[in-house]
Amino acid sequence: MAGAVALVAACSSTPEQPVVDDASAAQDTDGGLSGSAVDSRELARAREMEQRAQQDAALRRQLTVYFDFDSSQIRDEYTAMLDAHARYLRDNPNVRLRLEGHTDERGTREYNIALGERRGEAVRRALLLRGATRGQLSVVSYGEERPAVLGSGEEAWARNRRVGLVYQ
Amino acid sequence: MIIRKLLFAFLLGLPGLSLADLEITITGGQVQPVSIGIVPFATAGSPDSSTDIARVIEADLARSGLFSPFPRQDMIERPSQESEVRYENWRALGVEQLVVGALRQSEGRWVVDFRLLDAPRGQQMLAYEIPVSSAGLRYAGHQISDLIYQKLTGHRGVFNTRIAYVTASGPVDNRVFQLMIADADGFDPKQLVRSTEPLMSPTWSPDGRQMAFVAFENGQSAIYLQTVATGVVRKLTDKPGINGAPAFSPDGRKLAVTLSYEGNPEIYLLDIATGALNRLTRDPAIDTEPAFSPDGRHIVFTSDRAGRAQLYRMSINGGDPERLSFEGRSNARASYSPDGKTLALVHQDERGFRIATMDVKTRQLQVLSNGPLDESPSFAPNGVAIIYAAKGARGAELATVTTDTGIRQRLSQAGDVREPAWSPFHN
Repeated sequence: MAGAVALVAACSSTPEQPVVDDASAAQDTDGGLSGSAVDSRELARAREMEQRAQQDAALRRQLTVYFDFDSSQIRDEYTAMLDAHARYLRDNPNVRLRLEGHTDERGTREYNIALGERRGEAVRRALLLRGATRGQLSVVSYGEERPAVLGSGEEAWARNRRVGLVYQ
Repeated sequence: MIIRKLLFAFLLGLPGLSLADLEITITGGQVQPVSIGIVPFATAGSPDSSTDIARVIEADLARSGLFSPFPRQDMIERPSQESEVRYENWRALGVEQLVVGALRQSEGRWVVDFRLLDAPRGQQMLAYEIPVSSAGLRYAGHQISDLIYQKLTGHRGVFNTRIAYVTASGPVDNRVFQLMIADADGFDPKQLVRSTEPLMSPTWSPDGRQMAFVAFENGQSAIYLQTVATGVVRKLTDKPGINGAPAFSPDGRKLAVTLSYEGNPEIYLLDIATGALNRLTRDPAIDTEPAFSPDGRHIVFTSDRAGRAQLYRMSINGGDPERLSFEGRSNARASYSPDGKTLALVHQDERGFRIATMDVKTRQLQVLSNGPLDESPSFAPNGVAIIYAAKGARGAELATVTTDTGIRQRLSQAGDVREPAWSPFHN
C-alpha cells in the first residue's frame, strides 16, 4: 500500500514538464521562423503527446483506490490517476469499466455492502466529472466478502478498504 | 473454563466436498449445572446400531450448559426401565435426574420407550414412547432431549432444529463459498449452494422449508429463494446495484430487502409470488439490514442517517422511523426474539464489535459476547440462545450464547464459518 501511494505521488508531479515545452514552442512561432521551425514544433508536440501517453499508461496501471475507515472520500493522491483513466475512457467510448467496492472486515456484512457501493459510486462520480460516460461505468459492491488480503489488523484493513477498477 | 469438549465426525460421502470436523467447546455460564445420569439404552436388535442414543442425549443436554451428564463409567447399575432402578444408588452418587430407556418394537414399528426420573424424590417425571422415524435414531434422541429440557427448564428444546451458515475456504484469489445446513449440534452438514463468488445473508422462511440468500454472478448480486428439500432455486431479484439483506415477513409471503437500483440503498417489500416492490425508506443515507417484528407490524433496520450506523424502527405502512439505539459507537443488524420483546444486535464500542440484546420496551442494552469482531446474531427459535459469528484462532467461527445465563459455546472448523441462521422449530 505504501509503495502504491509513493508511485502515484511521484507521477502526479510530472505533468508540469510538457507545459514548459509548450511555452517554448509558442515562442518559436512568435519569432516568425519558418519551415524547420514548424517541424520542430510538431516534433515537440509529438514528443509531448508521447510523453503524456506514457505517463497516462503508467497511471492507468494503477487500478486501486484506497479509502480511510468508514469513509468514501477519495483522497487527493488519486486525482492524477483518475484523470488518466477518465481520459482513456473519453478517448475510447467502447471501453467499459467495472468499479468493485470493498470494505475491511469491521462492521456488519450488509452494511459493508452498502459502504462498498458508496465507495464505488464516489469513484464513478469522479470519472463522470472527468469525462467518462454513464454507459461505460458500472458499480458492484462486494463489501467485506472479497478481501485483497486475509487477516486482521490495521495493515490488512487498509489494503482491503478499496475500489478496484476492472476493465471489461 | 472448558466444561466439555466434543468432536463430531461429519458424515462423509458428499462428492467433491471437504467437510471438516466442527468442534464444539462450551465455556462460561453462571449456573450450577444439574447432574443428570443418562443410562445407556437397551438397544437389542436396533435398526440403527451405530447410534448410541444415550450419548446423543448426553451431548445435547451438556451443550445447553444447564446439565452435567454423570460419567457413564462411574455408573454402578445400568437399568433400562424404572422397575430396575435403585434410587438410593443414584442418590449416593449425587445424581439428581436419571434417564432410562429401551428400544423395542411396537405393532411392527420401532419405538424408544424412555423415562425421566427424579432421583432424590424417587419419582417419575416423564414417560414417553417416541416412534423412530426414517431419519434415524439420532433424531429420536434429539426429541427425547427436547422433552427433558422442556420438563426441567420450562423452555421448548431446540435439539431437533438446524443451522444454516456460509463457509469460505481456499486462497484469497481463489475462494470457494458454500451455503451449508447442519443439525443444531453440527452433525450431518449438507451443501445447499457452492460458488466461486460470495454467498451471503442466508435466512429461513418461517415454515423452515425455504431459504433466501444473496449470491453474486459476473459482478451482479441477486436474491435467491431455494426450497431446502428439493434444492430448487428461484431468482427473486437482480436489479442493478445492491440486492441484499433478505428478511421474511412472519406470514412468509414477503421479503424485506435492500435494493439500490433507484440510486441509494433503500428498504423495499418484495411480494414473493408477484415480484411487486413497495419502497419503505426514503433517505440519502444507507438503509439496510431490515427485520420484521413477529407480529409483522414493524421493521427494524440499520441506517447511518445520523452519521454512524444505528438502529431504527418503522411501521410497515410507512411513516417516520424512530431511532432505537444511542449507546456506543454504532449498533447494527438487529433481529427480533421469537416473542418480540428483545432485539439481538451488533454493538460497537471501544472494545470492538460485540453481540448485545436490547429490551424493545425499555431500550436497555445488555452485551453478551467478548468481541472484538462478533457479528450476525440469530435467535434460537425458543429465544433462549443466540448463535453468532466470531473471529477465532482458525478464522471465523460460530458461537452461541444463552441470553439469560451467558453460557457460551463455540463451533469451529478449519477455514471461515460465518453468517449462521438458526432454523425455526421442526414441526
